[in-house]
Amino acid sequence: MSVTLLYWSLTISHWLLLAAMFCCLIRLVRGPRAQDRVLAFDALYVSAMLFLLSLGIATRSPFYFDAALVIALLGFVSTAALSKFLMRGEVIE
Amino acid sequence: MSDPTALPLWAAILISAFLLIGSGLTLLGAIGLLKFGSFYRRLHAPTLGTTFGAGGILIASIIFSLFSQTRPFLHELLISVFVTVTTPVTLMLLSRAALFRDRTEKNEDVPPFRG
Repeated sequence: MSVTLLYWSLTISHWLLLAAMFCCLIRLVRGPRAQDRVLAFDALYVSAMLFLLSLGIATRSPFYFDAALVIALLGFVSTAALSKFLMRGEVIE
Repeated sequence: MSDPTALPLWAAILISAFLLIGSGLTLLGAIGLLKFGSFYRRLHAPTLGTTFGAGGILIASIIFSLFSQTRPFLHELLISVFVTVTTPVTLMLLSRAALFRDRTEKNEDVPPFRG
């Protein structure tokens, strides 16, 4: 019973997160200006990180959590660098 | 690897509820990112995913690792600390960069430079 419940909730959660990633991807392609694309990229990596977390619960493998941690760290650095680039025109002055 | 049938039913219900709430709120934030009209309105929508969405899925993962006992939940704690610390910083940097760009282009929608 609990295995069936977990299986279905994990499947629904995977599809919801995939739909969220798809919405962010549409905004990333369509976004009228550069800051919209950076914002969509930020939301895309957060939902990808959540997708990896739920995949780690589904497969019981510890490696997905390391991947999610790396995505959380690199996403912060990349969004900060991109917004610095939007502000100044270069990353390192 | 412990037996998955050893998970009690109330724990499975709790994990499923947190998973569905977290992923549903993340999808809601992404739909808001897609639907809203201007950049400053769009900036609010994905924070739903980074606060309650990430919180729900991380709590579900912590409960699951407490019951299955395959590994400690150190990663979830680290990810929650990183997400809650870094999201306001990045979004504030991004909103200030967008405001600076709009002001230098003399856009009518934002207030001009002060002084």
